[in-house]
Amino acid sequence: MLRLKNNFSIEHDIAGCGLCGIINIRKIRTNGEDIKKAIALEHDRGNGLGGGFAVYGCYPEYADIYAFHVMYDDLAAKHDVEEYFKNNFIIEKQESIPVFKTSKINDHPILHRYFMKPKSDREDRLLHDLGDDDFVVSSVMLINSEYDGAYVFSSGKNMGAFKGVGYPEDIADFYMLDNVEGYMWTAHNRFPTNTPGWWGGAHPFTLLDWSIVHNGEISSYGINKRYLEMFKYNLALKTDTEVIAYILDLLIRKHGLPVELAMNVLAAPFYQTIEKMEPKQKELYTALRQIYGSALLNGPFAIIFGYPDGMVALNDRIKLRPLVAGTKGDFTYIASEESSIREICPYPDVVWSPKAGEPIIIKTINTENISQKQRLIIS
Amino acid sequence: MTKSSFTNIQSEYLAVIDHAKCVRCKRCIQNCGWGTYSFGGDKIIADHSKCVACGRCYTYCPEGAISILKNPTVMRENGNWQDYHIKNIWRQSETGGIAISGMGTPLKYKKYFDHILLDACQVTNPPIDPLREPMELKTFLGKKPSKLELDFNEDGQPVLKNPMPPQIELSTPFIFAPMSYGSISLNAQKAMALAARALGIVMNIGEGGLHDEMVPFGKNIIVQVASGRFGVNRDYLNSGVAVEIKIGQGAKPGIGGHLPGEKIGADISRTRMIPAGTDAISPAPHHDIYSIEDLRQLIYAIKEAINYEKPVSVKVAAVHNIAAIVSGIVRAGADIVYIDGFTGGTGAAPIIIRDNVGIPIEIALAQVDQRLREEGIRNEASLIAAGSIRTSADAIKAIALGADAVAIGTAALVVMGCHICGKCHTGNCSWGITTQRPELTRRLDPEEYGEKLYNLINAWSHEMKDILGAMGVNSIESLRGSRERLRGIELTDSELKVLGIKHAGM
Repeated sequence: MLRLKNNFSIEHDIAGCGLCGIINIRKIRTNGEDIKKAIALEHDRGNGLGGGFAVYGCYPEYADIYAFHVMYDDLAAKHDVEEYFKNNFIIEKQESIPVFKTSKINDHPILHRYFMKPKSDREDRLLHDLGDDDFVVSSVMLINSEYDGAYVFSSGKNMGAFKGVGYPEDIADFYMLDNVEGYMWTAHNRFPTNTPGWWGGAHPFTLLDWSIVHNGEISSYGINKRYLEMFKYNLALKTDTEVIAYILDLLIRKHGLPVELAMNVLAAPFYQTIEKMEPKQKELYTALRQIYGSALLNGPFAIIFGYPDGMVALNDRIKLRPLVAGTKGDFTYIASEESSIREICPYPDVVWSPKAGEPIIIKTINTENISQKQRLIIS
Repeated sequence: MTKSSFTNIQSEYLAVIDHAKCVRCKRCIQNCGWGTYSFGGDKIIADHSKCVACGRCYTYCPEGAISILKNPTVMRENGNWQDYHIKNIWRQSETGGIAISGMGTPLKYKKYFDHILLDACQVTNPPIDPLREPMELKTFLGKKPSKLELDFNEDGQPVLKNPMPPQIELSTPFIFAPMSYGSISLNAQKAMALAARALGIVMNIGEGGLHDEMVPFGKNIIVQVASGRFGVNRDYLNSGVAVEIKIGQGAKPGIGGHLPGEKIGADISRTRMIPAGTDAISPAPHHDIYSIEDLRQLIYAIKEAINYEKPVSVKVAAVHNIAAIVSGIVRAGADIVYIDGFTGGTGAAPIIIRDNVGIPIEIALAQVDQRLREEGIRNEASLIAAGSIRTSADAIKAIALGADAVAIGTAALVVMGCHICGKCHTGNCSWGITTQRPELTRRLDPEEYGEKLYNLINAWSHEMKDILGAMGVNSIESLRGSRERLRGIELTDSELKVLGIKHAGM
């Protein structure tokens, strides 16, 4: 039986993992072959119970509207959700997500995608005046928590997630990612330890344009979840990764924090470091910890966070999970293991291990002329 | 022979002296604040009826010649009519008054902390070794904005738009609970102040005003405004790091206080700003607070007086409707809410109130934290939990249930020698804690017991770090409110639900 949702009696999904990311800062698009090769090398970091990819720049023809990827257990669920879509969205195009039936992925849900935008006269306007982004978020949460047998796994613009139960290289073949092109790719290989594989539980986890792949266990999950619930986030999946995506959504989209500061919430500097800062900076970072203490991610993690303007890689405060970065020309590579990077880029210009809690932020140059690699500037 | 009183029929304890060991040094006579011992010409004589088992005499007997025994004489056993009931009836039939006692309830109510178990890491996430990695307990008490407001300076660097609201910074999430000068001795207050200063935490001065000798400890003191308004003036309000409005106390919710005139000597009279020899009455209500909007006025009157430079706390007892009450207090403008559970200590309370009114802190805290989150105002105020925190485990469970910090009252007195005899109200404390008799108070050396208090909080903080490390988190804020790390044992579904935790194994 397929499971799209976390119906296990477990609140907090634990998984070890492998991850990879590739970004071209000039937004040159490449197909999914490299990322597949890189994550395939990390085969042993997963156990075949979850693999997935996020790609940015894959739907240029629909770049201004939302691309929903939805999984359905059965046609009844599809019918119910489509009823909701028809009432609230203008659907420009809908189709099955093209898949290649391989023997490795022998049991999969109905996979469908919709390119659409919220109606301006939708019913919820009677009650409140949500912006389009907020309405999409609430629609995703509504479907994922209230509609049985349906799960929205991608809802951004000009980006998409492709994921499922299986090894990532098989998932790549299943979704035929060699036919998909994007300027930024992230990939994930999953090793869940306390839940059997379920399609919805695979990474990346996405919301609007945010995507997260994550290796680790968030030991502060309990309070992170309760903190997000204060801001009306509905944690339907009950996974660590969902928490990270929602925290970033809250910090960056709703509270308007710069990405770098948001990362300093997830992996906050220790007070002993803050003590040594200049007064203004000290004041800022102390306030950051006072206000967002409940959003601190504690426990071992390495994440790659994708957003339209770039990619961020981040380790926990004491670096309990592996994370390596490398650059070659306009490309930056992030992976759990250096061998993954060398598999697709044998001679990178630089390879380094990011420090605990220090984010690597790579921004595309369309939006900004420089990108930051820790304290070094690369253009 | 006729007995003068029913209560004399049976002494609760027997002070037994081994005359073979006794060297007649008479130290016991000197040490006992209750007058149990006297010298009978050739040996020490004990009047058992006066013994309260406070432990002072045998602690200081150089020969180990004293044993305090529970009187083996039985009252007729009855599961329903227990000694406690019968003796109170006798006492009350003699006096016609309300039976009074000190300390929290001695009755064996279910202690929820003892039915909560903590989590730890195995394999999937690594525990952290607090001896080798930083482990953060730093805690800030006060209102936090719900979001960060930023400005950007000329270099494009983000800076704070508005300064943060005032906070109390604690190096570890403990404070010393409010105990007034009058209910305890000045030396006991000084011991706590010395420890608080050394630890980087705060003590609460209680409702009895601020003695001149406590003024230098201002940076480690929360001053209190209670219904008696003792010692309150503008300087007083500005002399600490925060001001607390005391509405109630866990041991006696809805009940005021009464320090009898005979205890109001010159010093207490000056500190409380009342005439010597007059009763110090704290009315049950604040007579300017008959409703929540009145509380708001007092909160803001105080904030005006302190120029909005310090947080204002409100202390309430845990009662049935505590969640809604605290929500109201937060909306009324309090920056900190101190919740005192019904097992909390007291200097004097009617036994019938102490043993029957209020609810446990664990339940109150769980409900309050949840309610404030549901209303989206948890950030508006910090929560302090109190009401017999006996170990660092109690403290950490309270924090995981949702407290920002815990207050230590009875445990601090135990450090100073208290054996929880429950006779604080008599003013005869042999340990020099809850007494103003100079020959008793001078035996409490503030520096000696200040160091012991420092040791205790230090030890508990180390234990907390160990527990955090075992849980794989390196900051207390990652456990605060994280009920996912708690499991209940031997609790009913309703109890689990009200505590917001799962049963062990789930």
